[in-house]
Amino acid sequence: MRPLSAPRRDPAPSRLAYRAQRIWLTPLFRSLIRTGLPTFLIVFLAASYLSNPATKDSIHDVIENVRQSVAERPEFKVERMAIDGASEELSQDIAEVTNIDFPMSSFDLDLPGLRERVATLDAVAEVRVRIRSGGILQVDVVERKPKLVWRSREMLETIDAEGRRVGALASRIDRPDLPLVAGDGADVAAAEALRVYAAAGPLAPRIRGLLRVGERRWDVILDEDQRILLPEAAPVRALEQVIAIDQAQDIFARAIVAIDMRLPHRPTLRLTEPALEELRHLRALSVGAEAR
Amino acid sequence: MTDLYQTQRTMRNMRKAAMQRGLVAILDVGTSKIACLILRFDGPEVFRESDGIRSLAGQSSFRVIGAATTRSRGVRYGEISAMQETERAIRTAVQAAQKMANVRVDHVIACFAGGNPRSYGLAGEIDLQDGIVQDQDVGRVLSACEMPDYGDEREVLHAQPVNFALDHRSGLDDPRGQVGGRLACDMHMLTVDTTAIQHLLYCIKRCDLELAGIASSAYVAGIASLVEDEQELGAACIDMGGGATGLSIFIKKHMIYADSVRMGGDHVTSDISKGLQVPLATAERIKTFYGGVVATGMDDREIIEVGGETGDWERDRRTVTRSELIGIMRPRVEEILEEVRARLDAAGFEHLPSQQIVLTGGASLIPGLDGLAPKILGQRVRIGRPMRVQGLPQAATGAAFAGAVGLTLFAAHPQDEWWDFEVPSDRYPARSLKRAIRWFRDNW
Repeated sequence: MRPLSAPRRDPAPSRLAYRAQRIWLTPLFRSLIRTGLPTFLIVFLAASYLSNPATKDSIHDVIENVRQSVAERPEFKVERMAIDGASEELSQDIAEVTNIDFPMSSFDLDLPGLRERVATLDAVAEVRVRIRSGGILQVDVVERKPKLVWRSREMLETIDAEGRRVGALASRIDRPDLPLVAGDGADVAAAEALRVYAAAGPLAPRIRGLLRVGERRWDVILDEDQRILLPEAAPVRALEQVIAIDQAQDIFARAIVAIDMRLPHRPTLRLTEPALEELRHLRALSVGAEAR
Repeated sequence: MTDLYQTQRTMRNMRKAAMQRGLVAILDVGTSKIACLILRFDGPEVFRESDGIRSLAGQSSFRVIGAATTRSRGVRYGEISAMQETERAIRTAVQAAQKMANVRVDHVIACFAGGNPRSYGLAGEIDLQDGIVQDQDVGRVLSACEMPDYGDEREVLHAQPVNFALDHRSGLDDPRGQVGGRLACDMHMLTVDTTAIQHLLYCIKRCDLELAGIASSAYVAGIASLVEDEQELGAACIDMGGGATGLSIFIKKHMIYADSVRMGGDHVTSDISKGLQVPLATAERIKTFYGGVVATGMDDREIIEVGGETGDWERDRRTVTRSELIGIMRPRVEEILEEVRARLDAAGFEHLPSQQIVLTGGASLIPGLDGLAPKILGQRVRIGRPMRVQGLPQAATGAAFAGAVGLTLFAAHPQDEWWDFEVPSDRYPARSLKRAIRWFRDNW
């Protein structure tokens, strides 16, 4: 007799189900399915969508439009440029160099580039560029101060205390207030030249200029064709020594052409031609008297 | 012999790999149920040598994270008789346990009761070369044991050194480093039918698992059910399973004898089925609900509805009294216990200093067994339950799970077996590079 009830269901998993469960319980496989596969799908779909050039362009357009609409808002509009700390002439130069058509959006302004371009100007020592509220491009400039006039072989220039070029001069008469230096390499030693000028003291009204000789030492040119040859090292001390001699013996009032201080412990005088003749004559006389 | 050595070595390596991964499955292939436990090992740092005896005797190192039981199919007398059916049952248990643990296990340690286990006591002795026992001397003395002819169709399941003796001093646990002239050892060897192991191996391989160890269920039930004193002083554990009743004798914490009686709870069920003319499933239900072995006057009045399930519901309303049921069950239980008694007598159990007997296994849950067993086995009988292991579900703590629980302990702390020691160089096959290396290491 067959049993009336249906045969009991076999609880055993099939081989396939068993294997599937074991594979699913493998940690690597599990993480692959749960994170690897979705990641791959998302990346793949995004890549396939973006690889179409038309969609790429349209996305680009949308981004560009949004950017444009934001950039064109009045809050970001720059109306004009304000330059502080620059002379009239320099301001014109800066305006020429920056060359911006106002009004324009602050998004389109390349501030670091602007700053760099302004800094290339010779007369500008330091520059800060920022956009101020109210749509103003603020350029703060610290100008170089001309301290010397340098007469080089080609031209006449003003230079600052560090020897950097500030501007060109048409003639010496334009800046009579600045002392003059000349010769090759005079700009490099501008600081030293200024120290020499500062030490000149009572001689200052008589100084016509400093001449750089051989790019290593200074000659002080005085009026009446007199000159002081300063040494390479410690020229200020040597000049002070000359001033002391002058004050004691009033040496420049005599018939000399130059005081040679190149050896500081042994100042040497160069006399004018008539004085030399006179000296020789006097010596001959004294020699003759002795001979007699 | 070398062949067996290699297989067992491979299994030990597999076990080591499983320990490194920290996951191993326990499979108790029984006649009535297949239990699968999944153990997670927390790693060796849990053991601290300074602790001496470790907390919870070292069991805190692992945790049961998955447990599943399924009705066994295709297993008779503790041996696999229908391979496909058993494979499906193992798959069911393993899948459910994996699902509970939410991990995948690849290594499995299995035990089974059948295969006609047979015990051999072996003895061997060697002369020590340099007067101090070295590591390789232990291997040598184990290899020096005289091998009995246990037949071609048998395989060694356990080969445990039980005792070492150095000169006239006996009872050494670990002779290494001690000074003496002559080292002797006693080894207990358990052999089972090769086919039983091969069938189990095949089923486990078909489930994509790898066997990391194999044990006799009588042995592991003893580990689980005997308390430490009993193991030390001498006790027998009787694992009353469905199709086979295993017995193992322990002394000094070593198993010295194991055997099995090819009768168990299933025979009681089939007796009930035949006696009451009911299907086996009904008989099993009646046995578990109303079964017993000691009849009292009360039992004459307790009427059990048998319900023949013949389809004739109006006429077939048979009933039996409980004393009738006991009358059917008791002779079979007595027969099993008497058979066990005979095996114990044959093993010389009465010579042990302490003769504690512990009954465990599913069939030991029959009510009244604690009254019946002392009449046959002697006064010192108790019904044992396996010790608790961490994480084991409440449903799996009963006596029926003694084998599975013992196997977890076995997996965590396997006893030294013969194959855990280095083979002396002359046992390697000739012209082996390993042999040359061994020879160099032994001689310099």
